[in-house]
Amino acid sequence: MKEIFLIAIVIMIFVIIFQISKASEYVSVLKGENSTRKQNNKINAFLLIAFLVLGLIGAWWCNELLYPKTLFPQGSGSVEGEEVDWMMMVTIIITGIAFLVTQILLFWFSFKYQEKENRKAFFFAHNTKLELIWTSIPAITLTIMVVFGLKFWFKITAEPPQNHRIVEITGHQFAWDMRYPGKDGVLGKKNYKLYNSPAGNTLGVDFEDDKSWDDLKTTQMHLEVGVPVKLVINAMDVIHNVGLPHFRIKMDAVPGIPTTQWFTPQYTTAQMRERTKNPNFTYEISCDQMCGNGHFSMRGVIVVETKEEYNAWLSQQVPDYYSLFPDKNPAQAVPDTSKPLAQVTK
Amino acid sequence: MSSEAVLHGSSAHLADDAHHVHHHHETFITKYVFSQDHKMIAKQFLITGMIWAVIGGLFSVIFRLQLGYPDQTFPWLEDILGHWAKGGKIQPEFYYALVTMHGTVLVFFVLTAGLSGTFANFLIPLQIGARDMASPLLNMLSYWFFFIASVIMISSLFVQTGPAAGGWTVYPPLSALGDASQGSKIGMDLWLISMAIFIVSSLLGGLNYITTILTMRTKGMSMTRMPLTMWALFFTAVLGVLSFPVLLSGCILLIFDRNLGTSFFLSDIVVAGKILPNEGGSAILFQHLFWFLGHPEVYIIMLPAMGMVSEILSINSRKPIFGYMAMVGSLFAICTLALLVWAHHMFVTGLNPFLGAVFVLLTLLIAVPSAIKVFNWLTTLWKGNIRFTPAMLFAIGFVSLFISGGLTGIFLGNSALDIHLHDTYFVVAHFHIVMGVASFFGMFAGVYHWFPKMYGRHMNHTLAYLHFWITMVGAYLIFWPMHYQGLSGMPRRYYDFSNWESFKQYAELNQFISLVVIIVFAAQFLFLFNFFYSIFKGRKLTDLNPWGANTLEWTTPLRPGHGNWPGEIPEVHRWAYDYAKEGKNGEDFIPQNVPVGEDETRH
Repeated sequence: MKEIFLIAIVIMIFVIIFQISKASEYVSVLKGENSTRKQNNKINAFLLIAFLVLGLIGAWWCNELLYPKTLFPQGSGSVEGEEVDWMMMVTIIITGIAFLVTQILLFWFSFKYQEKENRKAFFFAHNTKLELIWTSIPAITLTIMVVFGLKFWFKITAEPPQNHRIVEITGHQFAWDMRYPGKDGVLGKKNYKLYNSPAGNTLGVDFEDDKSWDDLKTTQMHLEVGVPVKLVINAMDVIHNVGLPHFRIKMDAVPGIPTTQWFTPQYTTAQMRERTKNPNFTYEISCDQMCGNGHFSMRGVIVVETKEEYNAWLSQQVPDYYSLFPDKNPAQAVPDTSKPLAQVTK
Repeated sequence: MSSEAVLHGSSAHLADDAHHVHHHHETFITKYVFSQDHKMIAKQFLITGMIWAVIGGLFSVIFRLQLGYPDQTFPWLEDILGHWAKGGKIQPEFYYALVTMHGTVLVFFVLTAGLSGTFANFLIPLQIGARDMASPLLNMLSYWFFFIASVIMISSLFVQTGPAAGGWTVYPPLSALGDASQGSKIGMDLWLISMAIFIVSSLLGGLNYITTILTMRTKGMSMTRMPLTMWALFFTAVLGVLSFPVLLSGCILLIFDRNLGTSFFLSDIVVAGKILPNEGGSAILFQHLFWFLGHPEVYIIMLPAMGMVSEILSINSRKPIFGYMAMVGSLFAICTLALLVWAHHMFVTGLNPFLGAVFVLLTLLIAVPSAIKVFNWLTTLWKGNIRFTPAMLFAIGFVSLFISGGLTGIFLGNSALDIHLHDTYFVVAHFHIVMGVASFFGMFAGVYHWFPKMYGRHMNHTLAYLHFWITMVGAYLIFWPMHYQGLSGMPRRYYDFSNWESFKQYAELNQFISLVVIIVFAAQFLFLFNFFYSIFKGRKLTDLNPWGANTLEWTTPLRPGHGNWPGEIPEVHRWAYDYAKEGKNGEDFIPQNVPVGEDETRH
């Protein structure tokens, strides 16, 4: 009933608008097209300048309302992200100036040069000097922005600092899995054909490779604050994307083509909770590449912690190899398997 | 050489004239259905485009309902949509199908076919002074291939597993594997077939536009005397002809991967617990093929709007367009650069950083010709005597939106910033403003401006002004706040944000945006009603040249028949922008077919 009522109202509004518009057209024919045109011209010129003024006030108000909700007030979670934020601000200022100047000119000219009885338009077809000026100003400004942009781009796409750690992150519909290389610092080989979900090998790890024996598999990513981390990014099924808005980082996860990306977390989760005054603050991994029905729910969690907390967490982890083959675990002390054990401890 | 072509052209026109008489005995089918008259084909493209625009717009209203009101149920949706909206709640697979079809429909079927198809067909012969296109038959086929593509795309909405749902960019492996998504089953095959046929349509049209502009200009119409609409449509067609075949190759390879077991785009995949045998393909290869069209495509959408806006701004400022040659030059620069920047859509795919740097440079270079265009438009307004016709308002709106959306492109083209902004609402805001809404504004400007030539009547101006103001204010209200969502890293193509600590602060804003979307969508019916009502009941023209324009289309009779001019095609003596110059009877313009006076300077 409510819906029918609503539809009836909407139709009524439309009918009224059409009737008024039709009537205004009859009036304009009676009054003469010329005088109606002049009247419309005045109204629209006024509305254009009003739109400019109200629009600028609206933009300011929108900024007051929404800026606190963006990531800027809390700062970048990564050291490298500071530079992104700085560049973003510079770009906002430069484009902001260009925006204000051009929009104000556009609407102000429209208002100022509206049709008047005694005015004659000025025949002004070209002016080489003017055109050269406004070709070179944007060209120079953009060159500067390109230089700064590329400087950062080459920094972030180069190899990470020597003291970095490696974490592998693999996306599949619709979750993330992490793998840590263990004490040897090297991740074991993988082969997607070894995937065997019932046996627990969901990443297709090659357990023939002894480098894989001390690797840890987790569903949460734990990182130590201040230590650069290089993500090795994989996907099992379709393209995903490791989106880390707080660290200003993003990289596709492509099946068959591993990618990498590195950053240095600079605040622990606990510190960030204080900075944002949000006790529930969490570093979230969002999938940023359309990957199917559950795309919007493909959430991962990163916990950034102090050195002590990180080491405590690490010591609690059991290598995946031992969880899948408990008989190979030296801690279980099964004497028959002493041979491969020798290799493990090596 | 050019005069030879003109001579040749005019002898062909005589033959056409005889043909013209014959056409008076046309049947309904040859006149309205399988018409070879470029003006009728233009109207067919326009009206088909309008139907598609309503469908594509409606899709966005439905998915905005989900985004704005994620907790609410709408029982009436289940009545209409059945299992897609179980319990009155839009299902995720349906949400993604809607998002995908919204993009596909609006980018290809409305803003490519509906925009280029309409105005290239309608304006090219009329503005260069030709009887029809170089090949009216291919022109007719171009529409009918588009029609077949439309029918196939619509049919995909009605299959059990639904239409394509992997985003309008249909990246494999998601789009290649039926096990990965419902939408990648039969719906995806229909999408690919429809697109392949659409590309055929687009190529037939494009080749025709290029040939016509190059060979069939009337006597005196040198390339540099052409109105900017012609230049824009010419470059649009060139871009389409060069880039659409690459998408066709991508579509065909994807059809092979889906149905014939090839591995062009597939490698190392485990999907739904199954280990696939495909090895050695590259999922990224498809993105290269797709964006090699996909990026020029945004300029295929933009350029016709730019051309029409230049024309309309000049006419209604009663001033020549400022910097005609710079305008042509920047169109050429944009057209060339458009083919060289595709990988800026792929900065976060693991692209080689050096290659990335080259694409940053080329991408930001595009800002220079774009800036030139904006400054030239502003200077065209300066010291004018401006008439705010509905078309003029939409043209001014276009410039405003082009500035707003263009500037955010500088963020996204800079790879370092793109890492943070890629695939967030910032991108959504950017491209909707600069190519979506701005091109729509160009299209509206074109329709309001050339409606009198199409149907011999005026559209209702009160409705038109109302339509403009609601759309202009609405467009900014919808897309401006989205930049902030993007700066918060909020990803696009999410069905629900309520489980995310980082993104859930925008629930109210999403509700507000959805509300404005509904109002703006409803306001488009003011335009649709106005259009169809005015075809039959609009105010009749009292002046053959209602806007006081210089171009040749206004020298034709009120409702030109097939062949456009009953007698000789007028000869052109000057460029199209002699406004603010005194004419014979004291008007402030001198049409192109008026000979240059002795004391006049040439342009």
